[in-house]
Amino acid sequence: MVTGGVTKFAKAHPSMDFRLMVKRAYDYALKGIPNLTKDRIDGTRISYFSDHFSRQLKAASMVQDYLGMNPKGSVRIEWGGATGGECFQAAYEAVASGRMDVCLGAGYETMSRVATWKGNEFIALASYTNFDFPLGGFYTGYYALMVVRHIYEYLRLRKFAGVKDEREAQRLAIAEGSRIMSLVSVKNHRNALHNPYAQYPKRLTVDVVLRSEMISYPLTREQICTMSDGAACVVLCTEERAREFTDRPVRVIGVGTGTDTMRLADRPFGKVPLLPHERASDYEDLPYPGIHSFRAGRAAGIEAYRMAGITHPNTELDFIELHDAYASSEIQTYEDLGLCRYGEGYGFVERGDPFLKGIDYGFPTPRAGAIPVNPSGGLIACGHPVGATGLMQGVFAFWQLQGAIAQHFGDPTLQIANARRGAIHSHAGTGSAVTVSILERGF
Amino acid sequence: MRARPPTYTKFRDVQAELERSGAAIFRDAERVESLVIRYPYSIAYIHSYAEDSPFFLGLAEGKLRGSKCRRPKCGFAYATPRSHCMVCGAPTEWMDLPTAGRVHSWTTCHFGSEAFLKETPYNLAMVEFDGVGSLLLVRLRDCVESELYVGMPVEARFDPEPKYLVTDVWFVPKR
Repeated sequence: MVTGGVTKFAKAHPSMDFRLMVKRAYDYALKGIPNLTKDRIDGTRISYFSDHFSRQLKAASMVQDYLGMNPKGSVRIEWGGATGGECFQAAYEAVASGRMDVCLGAGYETMSRVATWKGNEFIALASYTNFDFPLGGFYTGYYALMVVRHIYEYLRLRKFAGVKDEREAQRLAIAEGSRIMSLVSVKNHRNALHNPYAQYPKRLTVDVVLRSEMISYPLTREQICTMSDGAACVVLCTEERAREFTDRPVRVIGVGTGTDTMRLADRPFGKVPLLPHERASDYEDLPYPGIHSFRAGRAAGIEAYRMAGITHPNTELDFIELHDAYASSEIQTYEDLGLCRYGEGYGFVERGDPFLKGIDYGFPTPRAGAIPVNPSGGLIACGHPVGATGLMQGVFAFWQLQGAIAQHFGDPTLQIANARRGAIHSHAGTGSAVTVSILERGF
Repeated sequence: MRARPPTYTKFRDVQAELERSGAAIFRDAERVESLVIRYPYSIAYIHSYAEDSPFFLGLAEGKLRGSKCRRPKCGFAYATPRSHCMVCGAPTEWMDLPTAGRVHSWTTCHFGSEAFLKETPYNLAMVEFDGVGSLLLVRLRDCVESELYVGMPVEARFDPEPKYLVTDVWFVPKR
């Protein structure tokens, strides 16, 4: 990877349509690299999630056209919430296969084109329309179902195992889970205060998060990402070309994808696919994935780590940009990606591992800096214009690895010192598809 | 129509104007003006339930049907039917599900998609059945958020006037 660009994510960008948003991100990406001109780009991969939001089929052709890329080759990429992450990997594959020397991956979403609850309906159409959608199709509802079970498995049956009254034990467990999810929300919004691209930077407290509007019990408004307009792009190329464009390239050393059933109801109760640092005895009685964990995330992690030669992710990665559409799914994903064992996600947050060192979150984070997750602020604070999101993560990770956060954010706070290797994680549906890509400093 | 629709600097005011008159101008911080119009779109799909049809016809008759892999060595049973087994690929056969099960997980939706906003708050539950390998997503009625818990015994109710939607069945706390 030699460059990238992002537009500021916003609730609405009515003065820019999707073509102009992508063009802005593209111009930003090319600005700092005099040798990288349009004629050096062999082709493109262009991503957006929903034709409903666009109300314009072949919209990727219009982006290609607006950037003046015709007649170079291009393909539109769509993979639900993981659309941006998949576009990153599609661009990687175009280069790795030898088909292109230089490939532009660009993506966008314009979700402001319908009212918020209509937008939720469009997104819910990414659930099974025979069996799931007509029940009240609502993604926050699906994620609430998942986290209620996650809390049951790991807090009710463990931390509150001693409480005899079943309902009381479950209430206590949900209250505890909600408190810990709020720590994640505080972290991501707080980090974003130093990211000028973020849509909702703010200083929150656990109380404010818990008291924000209940959307689908137990998930509150501040624990959920919102809809956004935005665009992002990356330029990937062969190592030889990279040296012509920059002396600070970033290498893509691992890619992984995984999938799971479209219907949550079909998730099996089997065995955990193990990462190198785990043993079968860690999970003897754990029905997996059920609806509490993301088998697709685990599969994507296994593939990407194997390719990158990573055996202990939380010591061999310096940070992760993780698809936190919900504070709950960030905690579930720590476990899928092996940052901690299944069941240890809540303790992992409490100990402070995913927090940044040197930032005051308003509560103790003793192990801050161990493996920062979403130093940028993630989806919860940056926004989630679906087709751009995974590419945005790629750009933020690229700037981290270049040590260039201060240059692009105008603020050095979020720069992780000597960041050498990071992961980006993009997640679709109720966990029906996940991509993980590993980036490493190439200089 | 007026030559120029009214101008606003807040997007929410633009949205309100679209509801009133169908057109507005948005002026952004750099004083760039964009014309925004209301652009309705509706569609009635010709939606076949195809191989899932017996499930929905069953609901209309007050029956809850799952499916079971025909291969005896597999025999995986599905609470939400599928016509081929996801484990081994063999065809499945229809089977009657128990009409009572337990809550595997639950939530109360205080918001929802536009189509369901007027029904909020409503409860969703994943229901598990003895001897069945997968779950069923349903609405849970006749109970409120504070009464719900994982493991709660529940039983099915059927709409006497079926709409041929999955909402023709719902569950209530078992009495």
